[in-house]
Amino acid sequence: MPVSSKQARTWKHRSWVAFLVVPPVVFMSLFVVYPILSAFAYAFYEWRGLARGDFVGLANFKEVLFGATMAPTVWNAFLHNVYALIALMIVQNGGGFFLAWLLYKEPFGFRFHRIAVFVPVVLSTIIVGFLWKLFLNPNFGIVNQALYSLGLDSWAKPWLGDSSTALGALILANAWHFVGFPTLVYLAGMQRIPSEIIEAARLDGTTEWQLLKNIVWPLVAPSTTILFTLLFIGAFNWFEIPYVMVGLDGSPFGSTDVLGLVFYRTAFGNQSASIQNFGLGSALATLIFLFIVVFASMLTLWLRRREIQF
Amino acid sequence: MKMTRRILMGAAAGSFLLSAGAMAQQTELTFWSWRQEDKAFYQDAIKKFQAKEPNIAIKFETYAPENYQTILSTALAAGRGPDVIQVRAYGNLETIATPGYLLALDKQTVPELANFPDAALAAETLRSDGKVYAVPFAMQAQLVVYNKKIFQNAGVNPPKTWDELMALCQALKAKNITPFANGTATAWQNETIVGGLLSSMLGKQFEEDIVSGKANFTDPRFVNALAKLKDVSQYFSPNFSGVDYPSSQQLFVAGRAAMFAGGSYEVANFKNQNPTLDLGVFPAPVLKAGDQALIATYYDGGYAVNAKSEKKDAALKFVRYLATPEYGTAFTTALKNLSPIKGIKIEDPITQEVAKLAENAMSYLMLVRFRYQEPSGSVLLQSNVQKMLAGQQTPEQAAAEINKGIATYYKPFQK
Repeated sequence: MPVSSKQARTWKHRSWVAFLVVPPVVFMSLFVVYPILSAFAYAFYEWRGLARGDFVGLANFKEVLFGATMAPTVWNAFLHNVYALIALMIVQNGGGFFLAWLLYKEPFGFRFHRIAVFVPVVLSTIIVGFLWKLFLNPNFGIVNQALYSLGLDSWAKPWLGDSSTALGALILANAWHFVGFPTLVYLAGMQRIPSEIIEAARLDGTTEWQLLKNIVWPLVAPSTTILFTLLFIGAFNWFEIPYVMVGLDGSPFGSTDVLGLVFYRTAFGNQSASIQNFGLGSALATLIFLFIVVFASMLTLWLRRREIQF
Repeated sequence: MKMTRRILMGAAAGSFLLSAGAMAQQTELTFWSWRQEDKAFYQDAIKKFQAKEPNIAIKFETYAPENYQTILSTALAAGRGPDVIQVRAYGNLETIATPGYLLALDKQTVPELANFPDAALAAETLRSDGKVYAVPFAMQAQLVVYNKKIFQNAGVNPPKTWDELMALCQALKAKNITPFANGTATAWQNETIVGGLLSSMLGKQFEEDIVSGKANFTDPRFVNALAKLKDVSQYFSPNFSGVDYPSSQQLFVAGRAAMFAGGSYEVANFKNQNPTLDLGVFPAPVLKAGDQALIATYYDGGYAVNAKSEKKDAALKFVRYLATPEYGTAFTTALKNLSPIKGIKIEDPITQEVAKLAENAMSYLMLVRFRYQEPSGSVLLQSNVQKMLAGQQTPEQAAAEINKGIATYYKPFQK
């Protein structure tokens, strides 16, 4: 049967698409899908040291969620992830929104500040963690030194050693590190708003607060969707800053423990305190993954609904 | 995989044919370790071994300590890995030995095991079959390291009793010297501090009673010792709850604190950073004069043979060499870490002191006895002592929490 030129074009087109799509699909399957599935499979076995033992069904999941030893640690860590999410939502994303508004109004030196606010995002998290650890050192860190020189001696604290301030200190360090990202995303969102809308509102005599609340905030909803979803995923995968600043144990006495640290300790062991258990670690990783996938999808769907087309 | 193996075998066969005429068959062993900083020492040891066994070549490879266990376990699980393996001890040994990755050693295959004290062999023994899986390499101790110059300038001597220690701390503080450099922000430091300061007050009998189940961690000996620790913590570095391990080390190395409760391994480390330091060590102070002064000892790890190695004979020869007093002497001299091998010669005066103190020792309790299951005794001790020293629970509460955690799996406590 003779092949029409149209059919030939489709065929050519299809093979071109296949040529582009197949390598990344193979790559993803090999290095992302396969490891996730194998971690999922590991979670159903008992592990004797590094050797896989008997199939134990859901026993590992049960121990992670309800077991007398593991569950209190996991729920304690989960709660800290929730705190971090809420606090970062306010400080990091909220702060980013207001910083973006300031930059949007193009004050003196806004070009410099636009870059300055983004610089910490570019730094490695390890560096930021060490930097803040030095800043917060109780005896020679600049935070306490500054408080002493202002005469606020009673405010000085061993920030990372005090169970009431340690988690807050980690959250602030994280916010300092990443606030530039929501700032830039919101700034881009604001610059997309047609200037007539804002000018019209100004002519009608709105206050700054009304303008922000009723016009800017609803119109940057697409930015909010992406930022909140990313923050949600980041908050429940939180690991680097706590690991660098307080160590694997969530020191002091579990007050900064987050799911990422519990997972690492459980799956790979903590050389100076505990031994590893691959089964429990895999079960916890699977649960964190499922939790993030389900809730992040729901969050995205819900946030999408409030976006306005303009 | 198979392809690489074939190529490797081909290459090996080729090189064998080429060299066969020139010399006798050479066996090449691989030897893995996490001690990157000791590379020069190990190369030297290998050279000395080769002087005796010219037909065995050894390739020494190191990996970063934090990744070592992961890399090693992946290799072993894939049926490969090195012929000779530096392994850790106690619970961490079990993760590798239980699946059968290591060759069991006995007095027939390694007669040199007779050179070791029982406690050292116990550290490399699998509890389930009672077999030894590695030749131990270093003994560590928790004790108090002190700066001799500061002590001399302040006109004080190392304390024998707890009351003397408290008086000494007060005297130092009055002279504006920080008595202890220690901080508690790094969780595991709390365990070393307990080992360094409280061992004599706990006593060997306490350890025996814990093991036999006659006592548990709510025992007055344990609770009272914790109360004393809370008491002396006022003399730790300022804001100690926020001072992490590196900061406390720096404080001591800079000569700004008189004492450091911690591991014997710190001495060599401190000296490297500041060679002018004149250091001494003393055991945990006793409650009342006449009690036995103790340090808390444990073993770091050992040298094992891969059960799947195709060159077991050569590997065993090398491991036997690593168990000789000759090697132990070289190890102790070069690394200033005490080899557990009997009959070694010690030159370094502080290592000599540690070796002498080790004659009166109890186990570094949580690592040696309770780091096999979760919650490990170490996890419990570290977080609860940290909490107690932060003033958020009493010694009684800390002891009760530790006991409760261990009782979840330790039969003698479940009565």
